Amino acid sequence: MAQEKSVDKAVLEVLACCDGEVETAFDRAEQVKPCPIGADGICCRICFMGPCRLVGKVTRGVCGATRATVAARNFARAVAGGAAAHSDHGRDLALTLLAVAKGEAQGYRIRDVAKLYMVAGYLGVETEGRSVNEIALDVAEKALENFGQQQGEVTYISRAPHKRQQLWRDLGLVPRGVDREIVEIMHRTHMGVDQDAEHIMDQVLRAALGDGWGGSMLATDLSDILFGTPSPLQSQVNLGVLKEDEVNIIVHGHEPTLSEMIVAASSDPELVAYAQSKGAKGINLAGICCTANEVLMRHGIPPAGNFLSQELALATGAVEAMIVDVQCIMQALATVAQQYHTLLIATSPKAKIEGATYMEFDEHKAYDSAKEIVRAAIENYPNRKEARIPAIRENLIAGFSHEYIRYMQGGLYRGSFRPLNDAVAAGRIRGLAGVVGCNNARVTHDSGITQVIRELIRNDVLVVVTGCAATGAAKQAYLRPEFMAEAGPGLREVCEAIGVPPVLHVGSCVDNSRILTILTQCATEGGLGEDIADLPAVGICPEYMSEKALSIGTYCAASGVYVLFGVRNPVAGSEEVVRIMTEGWEAKVGGKIEFEPDIEKLIEKALAHIDAKRAALGLPAYDPTRYGESGDRLVEQLRSSLGEEQAAALYSVPELSE
Amino acid sequence: MSRYIAKAAIRGANLIVSEAEKMLQEAIKELGPETPVVFTNTAYYLPVILGFTGIEVQTLGDLQQVIDYAKKLLHPVPGDTLWLPYLGETLDCGVATLLAEEAIEGIRFARGLQPEPIPGLQLTGTSFTSPDGNSQEEEGGFANGPIDDVQLRAWGIQLVDGRMPGFAAIVGAARSNEAAVSIVRELQQRNILVFLSGNVNGRSIIHQLMEEGVEMGYDTYIVPFGTDTISAIYALGFATRSALTFGGLSGGQARDILLYNKYRVFAFVLALGEVDDLKYATAAGALNYGFPVIADTVIPQILPTGITQYEHVISMPFDDIEGETDAEKARRLVQRCIEVRGIKVKITEVPIPVPYGSAFEGERVRRADMRIEFGGRNARAFEYLRMADFDEVEDGKITLIGPSFEDVEVGGAMNLGILVEVAGRKMQEDFEPVLERQIHYFINGASGVQHIGQRDITWIRFSKAAVEKGFQIKHLGEILYARFHADFGSIVDKVQVTLITDEELFQEWLQKAREAYQARNIRLADMTDESVDEFYSCTLCQSFAPNHVCIVSPERLGLCGAYNWLDCKASYQINPTGPNQPVPKGICLDPVYGVWQGPNEFVYQNSHGTVERVSMYSIMRDPMTACGCFECIAMVIPEANGIMVVSREDPSMTPVGMKFSTLAGIAGGGLQTPGMMGVGKYYLLSKKFISAEGGFKRVVWLSKILKETMRDELQAVCEREGVPDLLDKIADGDTATTIEELLAFLEEKGHPALTMDPIF
Repeated sequence: MAQEKSVDKAVLEVLACCDGEVETAFDRAEQVKPCPIGADGICCRICFMGPCRLVGKVTRGVCGATRATVAARNFARAVAGGAAAHSDHGRDLALTLLAVAKGEAQGYRIRDVAKLYMVAGYLGVETEGRSVNEIALDVAEKALENFGQQQGEVTYISRAPHKRQQLWRDLGLVPRGVDREIVEIMHRTHMGVDQDAEHIMDQVLRAALGDGWGGSMLATDLSDILFGTPSPLQSQVNLGVLKEDEVNIIVHGHEPTLSEMIVAASSDPELVAYAQSKGAKGINLAGICCTANEVLMRHGIPPAGNFLSQELALATGAVEAMIVDVQCIMQALATVAQQYHTLLIATSPKAKIEGATYMEFDEHKAYDSAKEIVRAAIENYPNRKEARIPAIRENLIAGFSHEYIRYMQGGLYRGSFRPLNDAVAAGRIRGLAGVVGCNNARVTHDSGITQVIRELIRNDVLVVVTGCAATGAAKQAYLRPEFMAEAGPGLREVCEAIGVPPVLHVGSCVDNSRILTILTQCATEGGLGEDIADLPAVGICPEYMSEKALSIGTYCAASGVYVLFGVRNPVAGSEEVVRIMTEGWEAKVGGKIEFEPDIEKLIEKALAHIDAKRAALGLPAYDPTRYGESGDRLVEQLRSSLGEEQAAALYSVPELSE
Repeated sequence: MSRYIAKAAIRGANLIVSEAEKMLQEAIKELGPETPVVFTNTAYYLPVILGFTGIEVQTLGDLQQVIDYAKKLLHPVPGDTLWLPYLGETLDCGVATLLAEEAIEGIRFARGLQPEPIPGLQLTGTSFTSPDGNSQEEEGGFANGPIDDVQLRAWGIQLVDGRMPGFAAIVGAARSNEAAVSIVRELQQRNILVFLSGNVNGRSIIHQLMEEGVEMGYDTYIVPFGTDTISAIYALGFATRSALTFGGLSGGQARDILLYNKYRVFAFVLALGEVDDLKYATAAGALNYGFPVIADTVIPQILPTGITQYEHVISMPFDDIEGETDAEKARRLVQRCIEVRGIKVKITEVPIPVPYGSAFEGERVRRADMRIEFGGRNARAFEYLRMADFDEVEDGKITLIGPSFEDVEVGGAMNLGILVEVAGRKMQEDFEPVLERQIHYFINGASGVQHIGQRDITWIRFSKAAVEKGFQIKHLGEILYARFHADFGSIVDKVQVTLITDEELFQEWLQKAREAYQARNIRLADMTDESVDEFYSCTLCQSFAPNHVCIVSPERLGLCGAYNWLDCKASYQINPTGPNQPVPKGICLDPVYGVWQGPNEFVYQNSHGTVERVSMYSIMRDPMTACGCFECIAMVIPEANGIMVVSREDPSMTPVGMKFSTLAGIAGGGLQTPGMMGVGKYYLLSKKFISAEGGFKRVVWLSKILKETMRDELQAVCEREGVPDLLDKIADGDTATTIEELLAFLEEKGHPALTMDPIF
């Protein structure tokens, strides 16, 4: 095939070795063609009179369902799946917090008491004169209520800008309970229920808001309470982080509950000694997918790769154990693992995998479970045969929680979003973009992600990244502060003022909720309108693959963000649904979703939107020539060139070669 | 931030904090932890530390927790590759630096090493009534050290009304003496306070100005703090206290204090000469206040905004500034500073041959430096402003009738009459005294010219230097013409000034002027609260004290002493949407306490709901609030069944165990505190002075300086109140500094308050 498989050299190197030996998603993507009717969203499999394929002259199914209804229902069920995944993740964290508060969760403790107090405030939990555990108990229960409640409002809706909250209330889009809205999607998309595409899509907005401002945001907050709120740290990325002479353990999946304990167990002196007794120098932990992002953000554990690297990590032959829990775990892993000595360990009661070792992770005896899992990996070390680890890895800075982003703009006393807003208003920063989401084997691995980010920062757009997009960016050195040299002049000035890369890693895919918080703070800081929809900001998911991505895109759109997806349009078969998601939603909630497979066009659209929002705010038109005069360069040159007449020379700018 | 600056500042912060800790340990070991740590004349302990941490440092031992706090704010230096973000960290290190620096100054005070000795340095005093013989003159030899609370409050009104737009904290030494002088002169002309500290290789701008004979001290707006960088902390102490004094904020409200400064205190740092680690660290501390830094050397620029209003750090290498001379370059440098801080400076171009600006108001002309004086002991001068018809006034006509002073010997005296005639559609006879009083400020703005007094006791001196530069009597007319148009253009359309030295004409106009003064006295005396339908508000201070509202009535002037009812009325005419608005009295709810519906509503609305009612004549029930610029504090002494009145200028102890500065901390900030009130000193003379509680007879203790300077007026009040010997029955700082002494004194003298109705 003409299409390059990846822009990641490590991936290409391992793939070259796999050829004919190990089958990967890259191979299967060529073997399995996507079903063209399903891909356009117009295959209806909802009742058993079908499946009805609404192609060509067929415009209605057996029941009479139109293409619009079918496409809307398919999209709705995808979003329900995504929202369910994030929210179940959030629920598990609430249950863990509950167990911690009751003293029933071995090995866990509350790491960030300040954040517990803050979240208690959001949830209306009394803190005055109460112990941490008492507060944590109530916070956990309040969080759980948000999932199961049938009436009222999901609490975190009140964290949105006031104007936005009011809009949602006026439109009846406020989710009543996280679970209820997902169930209602399933009901309404059952055969013979909701048969008005726009009405179905309204419920999609509501259920997705329950994800973004409910399940995901709670997942992020509760993770921070339990495991600490991230702040910047250094790490590395790519397959080269695997080590020849250590026990390599990869954590893969999504929930930090398990991986946190694996992190702790892997530095347990007893286990380290055990590893050494098996001939290894130590225990080396690495991550894949969002588990990688969770342990990277809080502990600096290096990601070995993103979604499409998962099989390849095993194909290095250097991994003793890959520990997985839920979401984005390819079933083919078991097959690849069997070709090597690797133990694939499934741990979630929700996800058993044929061919994998199942070691249930019980958070009530978490540390014991984790030690047992690590021990199994160590015991596997002597079975390792020839390893072929690509010598490719890159440095990165991660750990940008929204709390830290506030701090970094002014410190303990002056932290705010004012510098960011000022920079946007002045035009130093043209706009903001979240580049998020998956890898997709149908498009060149990491290519869309890197192209989008490179072009945006060159155009002075500050980029935040999460999930597999973050890992993809990291692998190209985009998360190094030195990368500011590639940014436009205004953005570079801001990066240099704060000391950050032009691309900020804000976490895993549930941490897209941090982006909602960041946008809210920008909107309420003043100077850039009063709602998220007023901001010159876009959300971009160039290589989406999972249903979660659609849920994220939808809650962002429902929050007022223009969201651009790459790859292809999953509702292309219905012009009506395309219209609803674009101009329909834009008129209704200010945000919209567009699918644009052509990455260059996608970037053009993103910049055009940013410029249009700038104009609507009455901000000066973007002009990169006005900025770029600040910085260290001149002084460093001067200092290094200074001789004895230093003191006098400081009063003047010397003739320096530009 | 820039990484270069971040590295330097973080290095500097780590070093100074560990140095402070070492100094503290040594001091505690030598002097003991109980040794007092006190800055001069302040109620705010060590103000920066108080502002950031809420810790009220009183002893060396208290400083330990400050150092511990500072250490928690420190961070490691960012690396050369793959560095972690540094802006927030550097700003926190800047705060740690400030805490350490103030701790060090505290330790130095405990050791008696502050203010810093600078041989030969003479400072101008705080206030004076005669240009000769100022008690402070003999002393000297020391830097100023921290600015005391009294001076802060005295400057308060100028800071809030924009006459004094802000301050420049200059650190280091200028490229040349010429540049140094030019920089401070430029700032003075814009009425920007100049704070001096720091050095470059041992040479400070303070030395440069001393060499050039520039007068420094409170009166000239140039305050030398010390010759090291650490002393720059006093500038930030001043900034912190501005927020505490006028912003109604308390210690520990760090974020609010910093934001108050960002939005309301227009200050900047001007770094002259090479910037070392400690200067960067201190500058990082200053950035927290929103104060930008401008350097005259090559340093990295930080241009994105946000922490400060405009750019954070500007480099303006001195040799690269356009200009023929250092003086001209310095002027451009100051211009840039003002742009960066966004200071709005109103400059009136006055065509005279000497520098002009209100920073020169406090300059003295000593007898030895004097070319000529008008008035004083050996001659008489008067000034008289009157309204005239349009056709009687020729705008811009300035005439000198009579001889100039060429024939008078150096140091001699002559008579002078200043007659200002104005015409304007909105001009009223009532405004004559309001405008006439401005002559004092206007004339004083000229460098080398000094004006004291008013009416027929005016006393003006020209220095030799001013005359050498070409200053003549007619220039007084130029000043008055320019300033009346600039400042009062909305009520004055035409201005004509006649300067009279001709003896016959002088006597004739002196007589006319005296008749006018007398007529005004009678008219003013007749003006009562009952005789008008509206009072005036003054919310001038809301830029500083956001919830404070003054209600000014004919019988109760503003607490700052600067605005009486007529002033407010004129101000309203000049600027109908300004801070002085007419407040219709409305229904009288209580004539004894002085409660009207109109003022109540106005105060409620404009205090943003914090003050519901105000009594014009009571200290006990719903007293008027205060911003912080008050001339005096009146406070109930329950034991004596009376009140004491303490002057801002009185540094001594009062019977309640607190000095003015401490009392002021309680009285200010726009809060209603029954039993306590900030007042203008002339309110003491009013019939309505706490008339609800019995009036002036309630005064049992009065600052000596008030007794002395207002003796005649107060004596008249005592007679009016029916107790002619009352003044002698009122205690002062000489006779009572405790409640016991006070009661004994009152008993002995038979003070009437003791037998009055209980004040509670």
